[in-house]
Amino acid sequence: MNNSIGKVLVVGGGIAGIQAALDLSQLGYYVYLVEKRPTIGGLMAQLDKTLPTNDCSI
Amino acid sequence: MVEAWRSPNIEILTLTEVTKVKGKPGNFQVTLKINPRYIAPEKCRACGKCLEFCQAITIDWFNAFLSFTKAIHLDFPQSVPHSYYIDKNACLKLSQKQPCEMCLSVCDSKAIDFNQKPIIKNIEVGAIILALGVGEQPFEILEKYGYGKYKDILCSTEVERLLCISGPTEGELVRESDFKVPQKIAFLQCIGSRDLRNNRIYCSSICCAVSIKQAILIKEHYPSSEITFFYIDVRSPVKEFDKVFEEAVKKYNFRILRTRPGKIYRKNGKIYIHYIDEEGKLKIENFDVVVLSIGLSPPENAQKIAKIFRIELNEFGFAKTESLNPLKTSRSRIYAIGVFQGPKDIHESVIQASAAAAHVSQLLKEVRFSSTIEKSFPPEDKELINGDPRIGVFICHCGSNIAGVIDVETLRDYAKTLPNVALSETSMFTCSEDFLNKIREKIKEHKLNRIVIAACTPRTHEYIFKNTLREAGLNPGFFEMANIREQCSWIHSDNPEKATEKAKDLIRMAVAKAQNLKPVKPQNISITPSALIIGGGVAGLNAALSVAEQGFRVYLVEKEKELGGQLRKIKFLISGEDPQKYLKDLITKVKNHPNIKVYTEAQIKNISGYAGNYKTLIKTDNLLELVNHGAIIIATGGKEYRPSKYKIDGKKIITQLDLEKKIFENSLGKDIKKIVMIQCAGSRGDELEYCSKICCLQALKNALQIKKLNQEIDVYILYRDIRAYGFYEKYYLEARRKGVKFIRFPENKRPKIIEKNKKLKVKVYDNILCKELELYPDLVVLSVGVIPHKERDFINLLGIPIDEDGFLKEAHIKIRPVETPIDGVFICGLAHKPQPLSEVITEAKACAAKACALLAKTSMEILSITAEVDIDKCIGCSICKNLCPFLAIEMVKFDKKKKAQVIKALCKGCGICASHCPVFAIEIDGFPISALLNQIRAFKVDFLEEQIKEVKGAS
Repeated sequence: MNNSIGKVLVVGGGIAGIQAALDLSQLGYYVYLVEKRPTIGGLMAQLDKTLPTNDCSI
Repeated sequence: MVEAWRSPNIEILTLTEVTKVKGKPGNFQVTLKINPRYIAPEKCRACGKCLEFCQAITIDWFNAFLSFTKAIHLDFPQSVPHSYYIDKNACLKLSQKQPCEMCLSVCDSKAIDFNQKPIIKNIEVGAIILALGVGEQPFEILEKYGYGKYKDILCSTEVERLLCISGPTEGELVRESDFKVPQKIAFLQCIGSRDLRNNRIYCSSICCAVSIKQAILIKEHYPSSEITFFYIDVRSPVKEFDKVFEEAVKKYNFRILRTRPGKIYRKNGKIYIHYIDEEGKLKIENFDVVVLSIGLSPPENAQKIAKIFRIELNEFGFAKTESLNPLKTSRSRIYAIGVFQGPKDIHESVIQASAAAAHVSQLLKEVRFSSTIEKSFPPEDKELINGDPRIGVFICHCGSNIAGVIDVETLRDYAKTLPNVALSETSMFTCSEDFLNKIREKIKEHKLNRIVIAACTPRTHEYIFKNTLREAGLNPGFFEMANIREQCSWIHSDNPEKATEKAKDLIRMAVAKAQNLKPVKPQNISITPSALIIGGGVAGLNAALSVAEQGFRVYLVEKEKELGGQLRKIKFLISGEDPQKYLKDLITKVKNHPNIKVYTEAQIKNISGYAGNYKTLIKTDNLLELVNHGAIIIATGGKEYRPSKYKIDGKKIITQLDLEKKIFENSLGKDIKKIVMIQCAGSRGDELEYCSKICCLQALKNALQIKKLNQEIDVYILYRDIRAYGFYEKYYLEARRKGVKFIRFPENKRPKIIEKNKKLKVKVYDNILCKELELYPDLVVLSVGVIPHKERDFINLLGIPIDEDGFLKEAHIKIRPVETPIDGVFICGLAHKPQPLSEVITEAKACAAKACALLAKTSMEILSITAEVDIDKCIGCSICKNLCPFLAIEMVKFDKKKKAQVIKALCKGCGICASHCPVFAIEIDGFPISALLNQIRAFKVDFLEEQIKEVKGAS
């Protein structure tokens, strides 16, 4: 256990991946957030508005 | 996105794929391949010049292939990283070896590099989270509905982009065939979902909500449009979906058809759909546009990824996980979240993300902060700060956002004429990393001790600039922003001249304020590293265990004698596991954990304090104990609702939980030959407004148990919509295969139970047969909804909002789903919303992650704007204390005199106290009274002077 590494790999830069990376960094870990596209954001960035609050998704 | 980009502990690697994973859990060696962007992101200022000159046109992936873009582009204006990239398949030089290089010659920042090659990077990590997202919809399924063959058949992703103001048609929904706005629109649901023919039997969970949202947007934009939905069941796991759905159908007159379309073809410019209506008649109807509401597919590279990470996939191609450990993959220390774990909405994806972070934090608690970088600032330059004001003004072009309307060069020259301005400059993007560096250099070079930035809103950018000041040895209090974008260029784009004049006013006022700014003192508050968890059901137990396993102290308070809550009544799970064994193990772990103290038959008597430092009085028997803790998790649970319309007698008319008990105890009785289950008994607009989400699953589970027990027993489920969302759909299919009979009744004709001569009769209107049926069951089982426990006085003490259905309300349904508006207080389980066990477990862990993120800090720097009382001036009138909406002011005795004191951790800096103080004893950091007065005086000085002269002259 003591040989563990305090770094985490998150694969996928959509809303789930971004949230996981943010929480992990807050919890004291270094995160590699890997995304295959040129930008993070995933499907949610393509949405205009979201239910039920109709907030802009970006 | 931007927050992730700014974190020094998140390394964002775009255009990157994982090629190899070696090593043992806890010490994975991962090989990454970083593909070339052909642009250096740290140099690119996203000015857009390259896009203007790029010669290679290509189809825009981001806009669902509905518009064109260039080979060099940004996917969307807020892209992170905020840097252009070159699509190598479209670029003339890279794909066709043509000597173009137009972009290279126009790029001022020399960011373009055609020689970039893929980079192989090896990293070592302790755990892995897979959030692979959504795959493309298989074209062969869409094709069956005429997509690609006929014009004016769209899929929902295309509609999403068309409705977006920054989309290909600037928010106009137009037909592909004639570019006209369609009048009659049909939404076809369950395309590629619940689809046996294409072996995609799962429900995609989100499409019902997506379609209704799109329909609302269309109807609001084009009020005359006529919208028809082709539904099987209307489902959505979204908390407030039913309310939105019912209201929208009434308000916008949406037509709901409960049928699947048959033939679809195009004739005379219209799309024709053949379908069987609810009366069994064949109908042929035409529409201007047909929208295929496509489901969620597993990521297309799931197979490849599964092989690389050596994890298993389920029968549908998503990650294989267990219902009682919903995020854990088949390989230790690798977790799956989001749609890769199963079809779901944003809300649930975000909860899973936090829960996965909790799992990782439990595993790696001993190496917490071992690899992170802490941001630190150099000491403040006292000499610089104490000198006379030397103001630096930086004016932002914001691409063309500001410079497209306002003459920024004129502003720059104007700012130079203002008092104490030592430097005035413009920049393309003031917030870009390279310009921030430049600001730091200029502060040193020109000995600037006040900075004014004329750009966008302080809401999003202020803290970046304040950090820049701190990095240069300046106090962050010496900063002021003039918003010449939102408050000027955007709203006055039709009048550039006057907009420039207004921007001058804004800058002059900001400079005037900057003269009198004062330094602010960052405050440090220590955090008590423990959590209070209220409620000892499955949510509270999971939260407690996770917080304890992450290394923090836990006080778990349960009002009953036994731990376990509602789960004690659950005997089976639809997925087959033994819930009682799970619960027993969980309780043993909690009770034996050295970090957890359990209080049963206990009550919360009082809670006070703020995030990081709460104090709670716990009462058990005759003992009172005061505990200190940094965070609070509320998991007070819920229970079965008792509808007033149906009489539950516990014998012949029972609830699903009663039935479960009978099956478990084998006490159903041999004379029971026919069972009728009534769904939505009291729910969904009857007595309870909302859908309780779990009742359909409970009914399916119990029906399958009965069929397993005795195939001969007739089971009828009377329902409105069967909401077997996600993978639960397979149990709905199984129940139908096993002979469970499903009868759908309309909303306004709920089933009636008549008891006569000790015999039961159930009258139900069958929507398919279009007539009333009479059933004579031996047992009626009511699927009653879930309501939250109401014994929770402490909720008021904390000020947590409660929604109209009595559930605790989250801070934001999508982005902050387990947080409350009160810092340090988190919510989970049935107290938050009705949800099945696996989601409760996940939500509890998400709360644990959020709580531990706070506790792990040990101390918290408060740099936010807060109020400060000048004790010498304060007369102790208490006006501020009574007005403060955050209860952040207390009256304290100093030398026998009452004085106001601000609790910094609670103060939100709203300024109400300062504006009401009769003796001006309160100031808000960053808004000194003298600076504000200066700013106000600077407004239209000449104009005011002229006015005064005029008045004087007239008199």
